[in-house]
Amino acid sequence: MRRRPSWPRKVTDALVKTLAALSAALGIVALGWILFIILRHGASALNWEFLTSLPSPPGVEGGGLANAMIGTALMTLLACALGVPIGLMAGVYLAEFGRGNRFAMLVRFLVNVMMGIPSIIVGLFVYTIMVRPVGHFSGWAGAVSLALLITPVVARTTEDMLALVPNALRESALALGAPHWRSTIQILFRAAKAGLLTGVLLAVARVSGETAPLLFTALNSPYWPQSLNGPTANLTVTIFNYAMSPYPNWQQAAWGASFLITAGVLVLTIVSRALAREKK
Amino acid sequence: MQRRVHTRAQALAESTFHGTALTCAVFVLVAMVAIFAELVRNSHLSLAKFGWGFLTSAAWNPVTGDYGAASSIFGTLVSTAIALLIAVPLSLAIALFLVEMAHPRVARPVGYAIELLAAIPSIIYGMWGLFVLAPFMADHVQPYLQRVFGNLPLFSGPPMGIGMLSAGLVLALMVLPFITAVVRDIFALVPTVMKEAGYGMGATTWEVTRKVTLRHGMRGVLGGVFLGLGRAIGETMAVTFVIGNDHRIAASLFASGNTISSTLANEFTEASQPLYLSALVELGLILFVITFLIQIAAQLWLKRMSRRLGTDK
Repeated sequence: MRRRPSWPRKVTDALVKTLAALSAALGIVALGWILFIILRHGASALNWEFLTSLPSPPGVEGGGLANAMIGTALMTLLACALGVPIGLMAGVYLAEFGRGNRFAMLVRFLVNVMMGIPSIIVGLFVYTIMVRPVGHFSGWAGAVSLALLITPVVARTTEDMLALVPNALRESALALGAPHWRSTIQILFRAAKAGLLTGVLLAVARVSGETAPLLFTALNSPYWPQSLNGPTANLTVTIFNYAMSPYPNWQQAAWGASFLITAGVLVLTIVSRALAREKK
Repeated sequence: MQRRVHTRAQALAESTFHGTALTCAVFVLVAMVAIFAELVRNSHLSLAKFGWGFLTSAAWNPVTGDYGAASSIFGTLVSTAIALLIAVPLSLAIALFLVEMAHPRVARPVGYAIELLAAIPSIIYGMWGLFVLAPFMADHVQPYLQRVFGNLPLFSGPPMGIGMLSAGLVLALMVLPFITAVVRDIFALVPTVMKEAGYGMGATTWEVTRKVTLRHGMRGVLGGVFLGLGRAIGETMAVTFVIGNDHRIAASLFASGNTISSTLANEFTEASQPLYLSALVELGLILFVITFLIQIAAQLWLKRMSRRLGTDK
């Protein structure tokens, strides 16, 4: 039997390997490129005034986005206060009460589907139930739409993390006479603490960069957030409005806001990742 | 069971806890149903007026009150198709690099960097796309494509940078980490013995990947593609920044266009007449139904996959 020459196979192999390495390099270059641009444009926009004062009108130098920072922080916190408990308890139901039951299977399925629903649809939904009936945009509606995005993520991670807790822990708590709620809160939550925290942080990281749901709910405002019962300033919609405007000083402010959002989201993501790794 | 719950107070606490958990689970169900119901209710004007014709009509005229979803649907499909055409092979290549080629000391930070791409908010991709990628495309990539391909209708028209192609590119970058993560897990799941058998017969890395790993994990890769598809189709801000927001169906990839979500983001706050608003909500309804179906398909597919892999062992 005559041997086929092996070099074409080796060349193909080397070619594919080079392409694979180049693809990986491309991904890293893209990440580096985006971060570099944000850092370069964003850092020059940042100063004390930017962090502490209200926006200036187009064409007028100076001014800042302090109101938008407060608004974003307020709405994100409120969204956590609403979304985290609901997601947590839904996750507890799925992991502790709903093993093998049909209803739980349906909910588990819907949680996964809900995570994939575009955030703009959630914004549209909250618009129809909270903005249209009262006739004006509001920070409350913004917080609710963010909460709806947090809930499925927290529910999913809670279920996953509780499923990792060994059954022996549950059984020993119950054997000591502890009721179900006690064993869940005092034993299981404690055992899964790092994992649960990771889930919450990742969910917060995800929603704090969200724009689309706020567009229809909180909208934006050039004033200090007096109450959440009206249009509320926030960083992401500000970026959208300012970047699309023709005024250089507004575009500059959009870069500054982009820097703040990116830094915040990346720090949250990296911290939660580190927490998750520590647990392992 | 009966003995564990001593007092009424404890029984009450127990049932409250169970009840709260159940309520929260029911909440998820209610939310999903409510989203669908509200979208239908708020689009009834447009549903009643245009019927199924809404899906095929390319009209979009707030002055005469004539609306159709065709251009938005077209843009959504085209930009998503471009994104997947670029992202799927890239993800496969990156996963191949991470699992089969790179030393763990290299693979870990590289994998981490790719995952970080998923953490960057959509609007940041939009800023980068509008101010960096679009000018880059207009100055370098698009003139080059026109020089190489001559007057192919696909690459005709002025190279503005903004348009379908740029939107597809940004989307590709955004879904890349999601597909890569799935493919990487699939590749890592392929039993080592099978790969070693391939290598033992003198196969090269590429041959083992093509004939063993890919064949073994094909279905899983498809699940990852579904997930990427779901992401790309509903992506809003990044696309709104770079697609040009123009209601038209053009053959050229350089032409500006729109997607369902970019139309919503762009026009929603301007919609003053009830019919206009209703038409926009109906666009949202279409997007919701599409993503819902994709998600269901992806979930079922992945579930079947994991069951199959579970029993194969």
